[in-house]
Amino acid sequence: MQTEPNVKIDQPEAAAEDFEVIQADPKQEIWRRLKKDKIAVAGGCILVVVILLSLAAPYLTSYNPNVVNMADRLLPLGSPGHILGTDHLGRDMLTRLLYGGRISVAIGFTAVAIAMFFGILIGLLAGYYKGFFDILAMRFIDILMAFPYVLLAIAIIAALGPGLLNAMIAISIVGIPYYARIVRGTVLSLREQEYIEAQKALGASDLRILFKHILPNALSPIIVAATLDVGWMIIAASGMSFLGLGAQPPMAEWGVMLSDGKDFLRVAPHISLLPGMAIFMVVLSLNLLGDGLRDALDPRLKQ
Amino acid sequence: MLNYILKRLLALIPVLIGVSILVFLILHLSPGDPAQIMLGTKATQQSLDALREQLGLDLPLHQQYFQWITNVLKGDWGRSIQLKREVLPLVLTRFKATATLAVFAGIIAITFGVLAGIVSATKQYSLWDRLLMFLALVGFCLPVFWLGLILQVIFGLKLNWLPVSGMYPPGQTGLGNMLKFLILPGFSLATASMAEIARMTRSSMLEVIRQDYIRTARAKGLPERVVIYSHALRNALIPVITVVGMQIGFLLSGAVLVEIVFGWPGIGTLMVNGILARDFPLVQGTILFVATTYVFVNLIVDIVYAFLDPRISYN
Repeated sequence: MQTEPNVKIDQPEAAAEDFEVIQADPKQEIWRRLKKDKIAVAGGCILVVVILLSLAAPYLTSYNPNVVNMADRLLPLGSPGHILGTDHLGRDMLTRLLYGGRISVAIGFTAVAIAMFFGILIGLLAGYYKGFFDILAMRFIDILMAFPYVLLAIAIIAALGPGLLNAMIAISIVGIPYYARIVRGTVLSLREQEYIEAQKALGASDLRILFKHILPNALSPIIVAATLDVGWMIIAASGMSFLGLGAQPPMAEWGVMLSDGKDFLRVAPHISLLPGMAIFMVVLSLNLLGDGLRDALDPRLKQ
Repeated sequence: MLNYILKRLLALIPVLIGVSILVFLILHLSPGDPAQIMLGTKATQQSLDALREQLGLDLPLHQQYFQWITNVLKGDWGRSIQLKREVLPLVLTRFKATATLAVFAGIIAITFGVLAGIVSATKQYSLWDRLLMFLALVGFCLPVFWLGLILQVIFGLKLNWLPVSGMYPPGQTGLGNMLKFLILPGFSLATASMAEIARMTRSSMLEVIRQDYIRTARAKGLPERVVIYSHALRNALIPVITVVGMQIGFLLSGAVLVEIVFGWPGIGTLMVNGILARDFPLVQGTILFVATTYVFVNLIVDIVYAFLDPRISYN
């Protein structure tokens, strides 16, 4: 009787059971690894707090972000009624920061979503069907990548005209090549594999193969890239507004606010420095989260 | 190697043609009549016709392109509508200022980035490593225009150490004076690249120092300094060069933002003012110039890479 445990280990069913215990659901496993990464969790928490604060803006402040009040202009930090001071037109800084977060963060996520959508589509089609479409798409992407990122965004805005929507379109287009390349690479390496052959033999449609069997395998690098990219897009969008090419005053957007304060650095540096701080915090949190996600999705990369 | 260079040069031709088409299309993708956009609603019919004629706007699109690109290749980049001057000389003069800024920032980024990376890697998990990598993360996330404003507030306005903005025209002042104006914009522009280079150097260095030949070098009793700087660094720098190459694009285009912050008389200021004034010949000229420069700088980086890393075959 005492030897029974040893005997059990040799039995295939028992081994399979052990295996089951170690190999949990991959999604849960990734989540478990991510939760253990305190820095990534901190990044995620900062991001969630920023998003919640900007969503709750109307409940957190009674000021209107765009109403001018020249009597209270250029109040410093800690002024009664205006904890973060006011800007050159007497608008409450905290209010504008909260409302500005809605626009800046939303633009970052939307631009990445658009870039991902078209990038994934182009990458899937180019990698799977190869041939003429692949050559055409890849040459086009080479040309887009011949421009430095910011310059390409500026060039597109030059064509479409300055404005918030155009700036968002511009930075989305700039992001497309990146996703297209990741996805195309994965598709090219997977399309020759046996399980795809098997799917084809079973009569699965191209659509099913692409979206059910190939795309999920390209998701990890895309998720990591997208997380880091949202930060980049937020910086790029606010940079365009700062140049006067994106959102336009009096809109409460972080880049516009930074630009507004540029002429008041000597008397009221907080007008420019606070929105910059907000951008920095969001980008930092996304980077922390993105690094954590990369380690969680592929622990071999961790150094 | 010569073959490789020739091949790369040939491969540039379609890319450059593509770039020129995109730049050409900037004018034509704009909604509305280009002549009207450029001259505004108060323009007379006569001036509109004159501009249409000058830009060849009444021709079919492909003929317009050929006319435009032939002129560009001949050195006739058109006239700026707002500044009423030839575009090419204007772009060349302004580019000198941008190149000065970008090269200066590049030198800062590479020097400090590589140094920080080496220190971090050789003292892995030490306090220095953690501090430097924390700073690299922060530097990586700082919006370049915001950093510029912070440096202006601290070093220009509060401490009064350095000029807040501006610059002498190239060649009109001594090196010392120029440096004073260069330091703040230079560091603003360099920080993100420095951070990226530091991270890359660290991880590349860590990979190299675990290899057998480094163990051999140590085993034969070479001083650590020699092992690190003449054995490890040489190989560790190869991937760093790729990152440096990628940073050149960032330095060239990030310069646009930094120039606006510091009132730097470079091509970026010219470009942005051109866009806001709907001055298309100027916008096309500045964008075409920077993009072409970037393409050629990338080629040089690739060739340097091929020289340094004979393991890779370039067939």
